[in-house]
Amino acid sequence: MSGPQELPIVTNGDVVLVRQQVRSLAAEIGLSLVEQTKIVTAASELARNALVHAGGGRVLIQVLEGGRRPGLRLVFSDEGPGIPDVDQALTEGWSTAGGLGLGLSGSRRLVDEFDLVSAPGEGTRVTVTKWAR
Amino acid sequence: MSVPAEAARRRIVDLFLSSEERLLRRWTQLSGASPDELRDLYQALRTAISGEEGDLADVRGLLAELSRARVRQGYTPSDTARLVFSLKEALYEVVEDDGGPEALRGFVWFSRLIDDLGLYTFETYSAAREKIMLDQAEQLLELSTPVVKLWEGIVAVPLVGTLDSARTQVVMEKLLQTLVETGSEHAVIDITGVPAVDTQVAQHLLKTVVAARLMGAECVISGIRPQIAHTIVTLGIEFGDIVTKASLADALSYALKRSGVEITGAARTRVAVRAERG
Repeated sequence: MSGPQELPIVTNGDVVLVRQQVRSLAAEIGLSLVEQTKIVTAASELARNALVHAGGGRVLIQVLEGGRRPGLRLVFSDEGPGIPDVDQALTEGWSTAGGLGLGLSGSRRLVDEFDLVSAPGEGTRVTVTKWAR
Repeated sequence: MSVPAEAARRRIVDLFLSSEERLLRRWTQLSGASPDELRDLYQALRTAISGEEGDLADVRGLLAELSRARVRQGYTPSDTARLVFSLKEALYEVVEDDGGPEALRGFVWFSRLIDDLGLYTFETYSAAREKIMLDQAEQLLELSTPVVKLWEGIVAVPLVGTLDSARTQVVMEKLLQTLVETGSEHAVIDITGVPAVDTQVAQHLLKTVVAARLMGAECVISGIRPQIAHTIVTLGIEFGDIVTKASLADALSYALKRSGVEITGAARTRVAVRAERG
């Protein structure tokens, strides 16, 4: 299977490409249709966050093999303004961009592992992982 | 050993002019292009390099036309570039037979010329391809948002593909416009063809429904597949009191019922058999 690959997130079109790439890899490692849709939706949310809040970023897509089950890991990173209050950002209904305020909190529920590192002025890095059942 | 540049150039032009048949034959073999195309190019090139000014406008014009045609015919970029570059190899064989230092030095000059023309061909090729893509993207945006009338008073919007802000805007405008034009009171938004519903898509859908409601129409969202339902629940999106249905058929029958149309089954279908006599 292919090694890790990095995709830029600069335009709305890139968000679509990220989604397509995640979907095809998720199908390739044998995620069920529901699991595929969940990781694709999480990827869509996080990619759009990078685009809207940081003006762009990139995603590293990794297929995890060698364990008992294969998995898919996505690392979204940007050099944006960062998140001053991570707990608040993860609160349902909290939005600074006029959205539903469910993107970040919802993505956390859509995946198996979720890790967010951010500080004001230092950009944001979100790592999510989904394992095949 | 030094060879004056002018002499070298004259020598290569001489070789180029004198071995027309051989060059064309070899060039056709190497590039796989049609001999007629190459003959036209050869003649334009001959006029260009044998003259004093070395005006390449005609050659460029021919190449631009050729690469545009090749984009439409589906040739790869390398095939198209090879057509130009293979002339170098054909001419090199002639130069090798000649063996003189003037010819070799002249060949370097000629090479540079061909490189320029090759790059130019490549540029026209990509420009033509980009234009086709842009046209298609525009056509797609127009195609992708039909509003269809299902029944008197019921319209439907089958959404296919990605729902971004630009498209939602088009969909919303078209839907509201059609509601007014047809005097419909029911609208069905079908998302069977939308691959993923994230918070942005959901928000766009909600806004469209609210806008339709403000105009007095009732909206039903249909085509929610199991995996989408699962994801929407996990994301925590609430559709509130908006009616949702699994399939377009369910949504239509709901809308018909709401507008007072009664559907009876086909139980009373009659089959008539009649013999015809000639």
